[in-house]
Amino acid sequence: MSELKYLVFLGCVIPYRLSSYEISARKVLKKLGVELVEMPEFNCCGFPMDPINHDLMLSMAARNLCLAERENLDILTLCNGCFSILNETNKVLAEDKALRERINGHLKEIGMQFKGTAKVKHLVHVLAEDVGFEKIKDAVNKPLTNLSVAQHSGCHIVRPAKYVDHGDDPENPTMLKNLIRLTGAECLDYMDETECCGNPIIGVNEEVPFQMAREKLGHIKAVKAQALITVCPFCHMMYDLNQPRIERTFNEEFGMPVLHYTQLLGLAMGLAPEELALNELRVKATELLSQIQE
Amino acid sequence: MSETQEYAPNIITAEEMDPKFKYQLSKKHGAEKLMLCFQCGTCTADCPISRFNEFYRPRKIARMVQLGLKDRLLSDNALWLCSTCFTCVDHCPQGVEIAGIVRALRNLTVKEKAVMPLVSKELASNILKGGYSYEFPESRHKRREMQGLPPLPKPNLEDLKKIFEITQSLEILEKAKTFEKV
Repeated sequence: MSELKYLVFLGCVIPYRLSSYEISARKVLKKLGVELVEMPEFNCCGFPMDPINHDLMLSMAARNLCLAERENLDILTLCNGCFSILNETNKVLAEDKALRERINGHLKEIGMQFKGTAKVKHLVHVLAEDVGFEKIKDAVNKPLTNLSVAQHSGCHIVRPAKYVDHGDDPENPTMLKNLIRLTGAECLDYMDETECCGNPIIGVNEEVPFQMAREKLGHIKAVKAQALITVCPFCHMMYDLNQPRIERTFNEEFGMPVLHYTQLLGLAMGLAPEELALNELRVKATELLSQIQE
Repeated sequence: MSETQEYAPNIITAEEMDPKFKYQLSKKHGAEKLMLCFQCGTCTADCPISRFNEFYRPRKIARMVQLGLKDRLLSDNALWLCSTCFTCVDHCPQGVEIAGIVRALRNLTVKEKAVMPLVSKELASNILKGGYSYEFPESRHKRREMQGLPPLPKPNLEDLKKIFEITQSLEILEKAKTFEKV
């Protein structure tokens, strides 16, 4: 098994709403020598069904894990939600015998059995731990030295800490920050960096997530960041897709471009903005791109 | 509203309290440690939702579970405001997984009160129809091709339906009434 070969788990939101993340991630990973194998079959990770029936979520997630075990590959996710659900299920089923037996009882009906032999990693973990900083640094040929950005790594790649064993501190996550610094851009600190985006409840309540996002965008603007960098489709939608509505709701202007980390890294690797689907962003990054070109 | 009304204590009657409820709920995955909560309030203090919403209070939820106020808990839609950021789980000095308790309460509401958010029912229906939580029209698949992206992996709808059946999710979904907003 080649070291940098993964089963890519796209999830639902990225192909439905954010192909810009998938396009840029595939381009960047290919350049870094990471091989992506498509899932032989797919079902939603289970995240949206957890509030309805926890056993249903565990079974849906376990089914995907079984597919990875069958392929003898680790899973790479681009979505924090998918990572959280697949990783947590992988961990609890391995640790909790009674739970494993119950879920395996369900899986038996579809001819599968969870063994716990595959690992689940988010893009950030693969880049920081498996590809490594040296290799990424070498691939950066157009450092974005005149750029200052802020990051939002999102909750589900660091919390709950007991299930995430990638050494990042949930109170002060630095993995994404360090990855951003490799592009040559400055990564600014701002107030309440670890605050949740609020997107998971947007289906039942818009007021609370909008207030949360407004506050965060305000904190980011206050430190004069030129863009916000995300690694999760939910967080990205909250700050990019919803930004014009948040601006209207509170009669405030942010004009904050929100880039997927893979777009930022791609630019630093000399890929063209069109190749990285930057035109698909709701808040256009025109000013930022002209500054890069200078 | 007069001051006395506004601050009138919310009196709990003995009949409302189900002493077995805490034991029933603590059998659910993630809610095992609910008896360890000593009401310090770290969860509520650090909860991003509680900062912007006056009805969602994780500490109160934990206490209500301990007191066995099952009906009150299961009829309060504020339960659906948890964004699962897991800050409460990571910050609890007693290792109580508040978000796990909230999940167990949501599951129980769906099962016993037969009610769930409309969005959950829609997502479930999409998953059963196509494996993904959104429905992909043919134009989406064509667009992927034009963008140079590989075809989306196919679902195994037969397996998926079986999983819904075995976990009693089909009947839960069929019966459930829905609400739109909290």
